[in-house]
Amino acid sequence: MAFGHALPKRVVTNQELTAFVDTTDEWIVEHTGIRSRRVMSGRETVSGLGAKAAKMALSRAGITAKDIDYIICSTSFGEMTFPATACLIQEKLGATCPGLDVNAGCTGFLYALDLADALLASGKAKRLLIVCAEQISRVADWTDRSTCVLFGDAAGAALCEAGEGLKTIRLSAKGNANILHAWPESGNSPFLAEAQAAQPLFMNGQEVFKFAVSNSSRDINAVLADSGLTPKAVDYFVLHQANLRIIDAARARLKQPTEKFPVNIQDHGNTSSACIPVLLSEMTEDGRLQRGQMLVLSAFGAGLTNGAAVLQY
Amino acid sequence: MMTTFETIAKLIAETKDMDPSEVKPEMTFADLGLDSLDVAELVMNMEDELGVTIEISPELKTVQDVVALVEAQKK
Repeated sequence: MAFGHALPKRVVTNQELTAFVDTTDEWIVEHTGIRSRRVMSGRETVSGLGAKAAKMALSRAGITAKDIDYIICSTSFGEMTFPATACLIQEKLGATCPGLDVNAGCTGFLYALDLADALLASGKAKRLLIVCAEQISRVADWTDRSTCVLFGDAAGAALCEAGEGLKTIRLSAKGNANILHAWPESGNSPFLAEAQAAQPLFMNGQEVFKFAVSNSSRDINAVLADSGLTPKAVDYFVLHQANLRIIDAARARLKQPTEKFPVNIQDHGNTSSACIPVLLSEMTEDGRLQRGQMLVLSAFGAGLTNGAAVLQY
Repeated sequence: MMTTFETIAKLIAETKDMDPSEVKPEMTFADLGLDSLDVAELVMNMEDELGVTIEISPELKTVQDVVALVEAQKK
């Protein structure tokens, strides 16, 4: 497996957010752990970001776009309604394989990994590219101080080859749009009832927190049990970066040292499904991630969806 | 056996590293220095300890509000 990532140019600090929402740098740092995030600006596109992340993963794996035979793009909010962002990325890479989008909210990387595993196991693909390309800034409510401070944009990619390291994976979903949702413009069909106004990102943070804390500990313990591992045998717990306090709560329950819980939330905020592959790519870059290491991945998100996996790098 | 209030006061005290006797029914979460995620964590602990389901809503402001909600479910 090889990872890659790409970030928008524009850094937005907490201080900058205080210009248009009633908040402070101290409040955001204390309550979330976030100090800044990257936000797409100018003419940047999410497919452009995705393609850049993909190129890094391909180059680290030492292969070209022509060698991949499937692209799965995880995105909570694609660049266009159609075509799929996977196809936009495919064009930018000059690849010729099929591609499609999956949307499992912030759990998208794990859902994509599960599909990848099935395609690789069946022999339908030998080298498959997962690209998590996320632009939450486009759907965020920039007037809501409780949510707009939390998110950032990013793309993370993973090149997966047959016979590689996924030891076990568990996914679940509990359909509930009330506590976390966004919807686009309804169009102008004369056959529909009154058009529903577009709704930017809404989140009931307390309910999401409850869902996250209870499910991530359960998922992590379940995948550890499935693979016969103790928390001690795990090199890193790579968790969805939604809030430092959720990561701390999980760490306290697992009774493991801080170094085993890498974070990038302080610099990137919550980049939805891109969090985990971006973090793994950064860990490749700084040498923390080494071949043979045992990783536990865990995420939760809109759906509601959640999942965890054990992966040997 | 502890009353509902005593159990909740104990759980709050554990969260905030204070003495349960300092927790009064009329105190709001803000008085206790609990932010929204502290409240969510507290509610989860109460659900575990008391075997109830508590839906967090804006009406839930004081310790007494939570006690009343739990008592209503126990009946």
